[in-house]
Amino acid sequence: MAEIKLRDVTKRYADGTEAVKKMNLDIADGEFMILVGPSGCGKSTALRMIAGLEDISDGELSIGDKVVNNLSPRDRDIAMVFQNYALYPHMTVRENMGFALKLAKVAPEEIKKKVENASAILDLDDHLDRKPSNLSGGQRQRVAMGRAIVRDPQAFLMDEPLSNLDAKLRVQMRTEVSRLQKDLSTTTVYVTHDQTEAMTLGDRVAVMRSGVLQQVSTPRNLYNDPVNIFVAGFIGSPAMNFFSGKIADGKLTLPFAELPAPEGVEDVGDVIVGIRPEDFEDARFAPDGHADGMEFEAPIEVVESMGSEIYVHFSYEGGEVSSDELAELARDSGIAETPSGGEGRSVARLNPESEIVEGQKAKLWFDGAKLHLFNPADGTNLRQNKEEQAAAAAATEEAIEVEAEVDARADEEDPPARRRALDPPGAPE
Amino acid sequence: MTRQSPRARLAWTVGLSVVVVYAMVPVLWLMSLSLKSPDSVADKKVIPENISFENYEALFAGGLDSPLLRPLINSIVIALTATVIAVTLASFTAYAIARLDFPGKGLILAGALAIAMFPPISVVGPLFDMWRTLGLYDTYVGLIIPYLTFALPLAIYTLVAFFREIPWELEQAAQVDGATPWQAFRKIILPLAAPGVFTAAILVFIFAWNDFVFAITLTSSDSARTVPAALAFFTGESQFTAPVGAIAAAAVLVTIPIIIFVLIFQRRIVAGLTAGAVKG
Repeated sequence: MAEIKLRDVTKRYADGTEAVKKMNLDIADGEFMILVGPSGCGKSTALRMIAGLEDISDGELSIGDKVVNNLSPRDRDIAMVFQNYALYPHMTVRENMGFALKLAKVAPEEIKKKVENASAILDLDDHLDRKPSNLSGGQRQRVAMGRAIVRDPQAFLMDEPLSNLDAKLRVQMRTEVSRLQKDLSTTTVYVTHDQTEAMTLGDRVAVMRSGVLQQVSTPRNLYNDPVNIFVAGFIGSPAMNFFSGKIADGKLTLPFAELPAPEGVEDVGDVIVGIRPEDFEDARFAPDGHADGMEFEAPIEVVESMGSEIYVHFSYEGGEVSSDELAELARDSGIAETPSGGEGRSVARLNPESEIVEGQKAKLWFDGAKLHLFNPADGTNLRQNKEEQAAAAAATEEAIEVEAEVDARADEEDPPARRRALDPPGAPE
Repeated sequence: MTRQSPRARLAWTVGLSVVVVYAMVPVLWLMSLSLKSPDSVADKKVIPENISFENYEALFAGGLDSPLLRPLINSIVIALTATVIAVTLASFTAYAIARLDFPGKGLILAGALAIAMFPPISVVGPLFDMWRTLGLYDTYVGLIIPYLTFALPLAIYTLVAFFREIPWELEQAAQVDGATPWQAFRKIILPLAAPGVFTAAILVFIFAWNDFVFAITLTSSDSARTVPAALAFFTGESQFTAPVGAIAAAAVLVTIPIIIFVLIFQRRIVAGLTAGAVKG
């Protein structure tokens, strides 16, 4: 088991495109780190660089205390679970799981013992002598996990391991993976495009967009204090709603309401305001005595009842910034790449007892204290620039405290080694 | 399979029968000829009146000096050697072509195809001269080398299609599991490409086994002459008798190894050919 450190790790292809740009990430020993982002954001490339399946164009990657840039996958002592499992079709489950040990020249009795231990954990006992083609999707997935755990490697790397399963099995396996990782407490890097998986599984989540790391934090922090409009829109389902707004004379103007500008925000003019669906409520069920609450009336377009909650899609009129402008801003700031991007409709999550009807106007309420304000120019979170950023940073700091120490030690010990590693091979000394 | 109407069934039966008869008549005729004694060869009867194995006995009379035994051994050794060399080299080449991006990849494939396209008859003339100078004339090596010129491209093309079908992740999984590239190739890729390897091997073997042009031109004695070439040198009982019966018997014998080969690997070939055809 070991920590994994990425320092300015870059992946550049022959045609000059950069799939991963100067990625810095510290993954602590035993931590469950999720890389999440829309497709093409470089998360899989980053994982494959850690695995050694892709060359690192620039920067330094270390696993444990070793810089592994130039080590082949077999010398990195990591196990990987592939999206399509990559089970060896001509071997039985037992042989699949024992393959790595056999290559490592572990004694046959020892292999047998380890494979049987792993199969007991994964409930594969009855299938050890079957071929992968005779297994169900969920069983294959477990074999792939088993192949990783028998080796007791420094780290698990998982590339969308659950995306080929049906919805029900996915939820089940998600719990399984989480439990397994906690039991084994092996450093794990897990790539997914599914923000639900990211939120439920990870100790920390790293959100990526077009090769650039956006934010690394605990799921709760990402949700409550996204650093920019992209993270805000990507994390959460249904996604955060965005409105054009304006802050002037200490007042925040929304298309459907006007309220005092939140504390600590100056008169910055145009802003993008994000409100999470659950920060809306049917005015009838609005919490009493909530100082920052605000009511407004909006035409209801669609009502979706989920049983435990109701999703209401509403539209709104007016607003001083036209929606075209918002769309343009959204595109520039990357919100168009998030799931709700460009829909132009807003979603509210309401109390299931709400009697709001489709096609009518209804009174809605929203929590003015839970607004997210973003700079329309670059999409950054306006409030986080202030005091909350410090808080978020502190929280992140806490999570990586251990590795920071190791880091400091490593920095003192081997700066020359690092410089050497950064030199292109064959460069004159 | 869906149930067929009686009419469709009938149509299929008739159609298939026609094809089978058309294909089998020459073979049966050959077998019938081979079982006739020299004096009844020209009697135009389909079923021989007296079945005699005289022709077969004559082929092997005299042990190693017999008309057929030595050529048969030559054929087997030469075809098998060419097959083994071609398939081994081709599997490395095909693996590299399917997996790696290297300059000149297109050139190798195009070159292989171009070499395979040269008609043997245009090559044998120069080869005859060269082989005599180099001392390769009338030797095993002298035949194996020209056979490789068509066997290698054939095997490379067949195998590239198979290797391309094997998901790259399997190999990466093996690498992550601690395999060297050679171990990954031998323990993961090769077993999975086995149907392809067998298909390539059988195709190459059949082509090498059937070759006549190289064999007749580049050999002069029984020391390297293969069966198809040897057949041309059969003589009758006297110089005025055509060796029809002996040739027929030899022709029947020559097909036997191929039939055995195909029967053994039939399933693999079918799986191989269709797999290669669909995705290659």
